[in-house]
Amino acid sequence: MSIGLLIFVFVLAIFLGVELISKVPSQLHTPLMSGTNAISGITIVGALTATGTGADLLGNILGTAALIFATVNVVGGYLVTNRMLAMFKLRGKEKK
Amino acid sequence: MTDYSQTLIDLGYIVASILFIVGIKMLGRPERARRGNLVSALGMLIAIVAVLFECCIDFTWVISGLVIGSLIGLIAARTVKMTSMPQMVALLNGFGGIASFLVGWENYHSQPDSTLFVRVAVLLAVLIGGVAFSGSLVAYGKLAGKISGRPILIGGHRWLTIGILAALMICSALLIYFPPGPLLYVVFVLFMALSLALGVFGVIPIGGADMPVVIALLNSYSGLAACAAGFIILNNVLIVAGSLVGASGLILTGIMCKAMNRSLGNVLFSGFKAVSSTAATTTVQGEPKSITPEDAYYILEAARSVVIVPGYGMAVAQAQHAVRELGEILENNGAEVRYAIHPVAGRMPGHMNVLLAEANVLYEQLAEMDDVNPIMETVDVCIVIGANDVVNPAAREIESSPIYGMPVINADKARTVLILKRSMAAGFAGVENPLFVKENSRMLFGDAKATVQQLVAEFKES
Repeated sequence: MSIGLLIFVFVLAIFLGVELISKVPSQLHTPLMSGTNAISGITIVGALTATGTGADLLGNILGTAALIFATVNVVGGYLVTNRMLAMFKLRGKEKK
Repeated sequence: MTDYSQTLIDLGYIVASILFIVGIKMLGRPERARRGNLVSALGMLIAIVAVLFECCIDFTWVISGLVIGSLIGLIAARTVKMTSMPQMVALLNGFGGIASFLVGWENYHSQPDSTLFVRVAVLLAVLIGGVAFSGSLVAYGKLAGKISGRPILIGGHRWLTIGILAALMICSALLIYFPPGPLLYVVFVLFMALSLALGVFGVIPIGGADMPVVIALLNSYSGLAACAAGFIILNNVLIVAGSLVGASGLILTGIMCKAMNRSLGNVLFSGFKAVSSTAATTTVQGEPKSITPEDAYYILEAARSVVIVPGYGMAVAQAQHAVRELGEILENNGAEVRYAIHPVAGRMPGHMNVLLAEANVLYEQLAEMDDVNPIMETVDVCIVIGANDVVNPAAREIESSPIYGMPVINADKARTVLILKRSMAAGFAGVENPLFVKENSRMLFGDAKATVQQLVAEFKES
């Protein structure tokens, strides 16, 4: 893939991100942060590409360590966010 | 691999990117937030399945990594207490950063003959990922109370930071211009160490009350680090997802800064000034009026409208359940009860909302600062629980105050203000609070949870 195209995607995605989240009610600040934090675990794709392809033992260890950290970020991030949002939802239902 | 299957894999990445975009959009709306999180989790799953088709020669490393990581994540997410949520989010954020850091290192280690573009991306992933990791660990330590929440200043801190930045620039110039070799590997290791040091020295001088800004900013960094990792492996899904997170983190950082009426630069570097400015602060004249829970009961018993302002002290005392009980009793007593939440109350964005949600406080009772300030004059009693700077009238009245200009909840305009506080100690950065000595203020000293429970007991006895 050409470098220019990658940078093009990067700039567009930044603009999209800014447009996407302009106004967030304050009760969602924590879930938004923790939910986007889980998305930043997308580096797991990079870790998977790096894992098991290393030049030597250290390369493999680095890749696997990256994979473990990224997986904790993804799994933990989504579960924690879900737990938090479940509390918010519960209240909405109670009131109705 | 045929072109056909590569197209399918790319389609998988596109679908994943779309699901992330939709998921983030839904996360910003209360009624759809939970589904939004699931949508983005589905996107993540698709991205992982797609990459498994094109990566991975040796699956033993892959499977063991995925299993170990999932188990740790699962157990941590299940067992963490809601009161520990700020440090949990900080820690997970740090893990994302270190993962990108390691992806960069692995690439440099295993593919030393990469192009100039990839080498720049490696340096960015290591730098941003390293700062996100070590910065998040320091933030974790501060939030978990393992290191002091006050700004920590080391002699010559500013020069040390400038020195680290200069060394980073020299190292990166060397690493970009010269092809990798054994000697340059040493420079690379130094670059990694300096990146980690930068995160530590960047966060350690920032006080606990500014943590909402720092956490939001570090969140943004871990996204940008993932983005840099995307440039290393030339993968669009990392770039899209990473920059979405980077942008949303920056917006949240902006919201937090605005809520404190401070610039980002001021938050990041004011630790340098905090020490000198405290000495110049004038002491507030007057004596605070301390009362017993029994006196407070009579005040609350007669109140028809009550506004509760929670702060970090409520989180420390873990008083949210007791507070909700008090709120219910007051409602049954015929009072209208609202909770006024300042955007930067607590230690992370939305901290108070999460705690009160855990205690089952009704969503409709939570009011934002701008909604509650206009009606403050009609409120009989305002109960301030472990909050200080966010209700400080000096921000409106005293121009020389360090927090002058910060939007605050006008607790002092209520007919009576009950302040639950451990002691008369000043809040963050030693700013005196004239609210405590105002004519209509009454102090209830002691642990917030114990005091609220005493109030609840007074109501039950009568």
